[in-house]
Amino acid sequence: MATLTPAVSSQDHTLGPKDAAIEIVEYGDFQCPFCREAYYIIKQWLDEYENRFRFVFRHFPLTEAHEYALDAALSAEAAGRQNRFWDMHDAIYDDQPALNDGLLVRLAKTLDLDLHKFSEDVEDKSLLIRVNDDFESGVRSGVNGTPTFFVNGKRYNGDYKDIPSMFPR
Amino acid sequence: MLQKGDKAPDFTLSATPERSVTLSNLRGKNVILAFYPADWSPVCSDQMTLYNEMLKYFEKYNAELLGISVDGAWCHKAFAKVRQLNFDLLSDFEPKGEVSRLYGVYDNGISQRALFVIDANGIIQWSYLSPIGENPGADGIIKALEDIKSN
Repeated sequence: MATLTPAVSSQDHTLGPKDAAIEIVEYGDFQCPFCREAYYIIKQWLDEYENRFRFVFRHFPLTEAHEYALDAALSAEAAGRQNRFWDMHDAIYDDQPALNDGLLVRLAKTLDLDLHKFSEDVEDKSLLIRVNDDFESGVRSGVNGTPTFFVNGKRYNGDYKDIPSMFPR
Repeated sequence: MLQKGDKAPDFTLSATPERSVTLSNLRGKNVILAFYPADWSPVCSDQMTLYNEMLKYFEKYNAELLGISVDGAWCHKAFAKVRQLNFDLLSDFEPKGEVSRLYGVYDNGISQRALFVIDANGIIQWSYLSPIGENPGADGIIKALEDIKSN
């Protein structure tokens, strides 16, 4: 039950080695405070355990509950078009308490993105489709809130803070 | 608890203090019934928040979502307003739990956390009883709607 569908592919945003023994997929929302907490924890894992796991982020914006969640997801994708997805991902979580549309543009500036391209891409329908596809894949995979984690394709139902105990020595 | 193949018992329940919903008036559409224990409790809120996000996907399957608990219409109204829910929450309030009983999901004074997917002819095509403290998500609902669509 609760199997990741579709599996991780080259379409996904990933960190860490492709052949890592442990692959963690997070379905997250940029405006969700619990996801922000998870962001700091995973950042720490990436420092501490660097190559022992692979991390994948998929969008699960709760757009009715969180006014800026969708815009934030689109901004991260637009930054991704300039190969800066993870920088934008980190920047949004770092500044989450101040999240609004103005902040997203300021972050794009701070990251020194091509702002003209960024503002065009944010409006690009194909990025919206991508975010919605992530959301739908989450629903099909059994995501029931944010953040939800999958480890090696299975939903992780326990406390995600325990996941590093599965990392190979 | 009623199962796949059972006829969905008809009911009329309040959706707001002024308006009621009758299941048989929704013939021609698929209907998702989400029974849940109570407004405001944390798990339900996550579950209803998730379903609120899912409305456009349910629409694609010609499906209407109805939440049902034993809370009163005014309680539902306040809850729906705070969570900005865009679907009906029905009050199984008087006689208390009558509809939940009909579907076999009433226990200890509250509705169980149970899901039913009813097809356009009023026949239950899928049902699921979730552990009460667990948010069942929407994957089972989507799968059931897909099965209806492909038949």
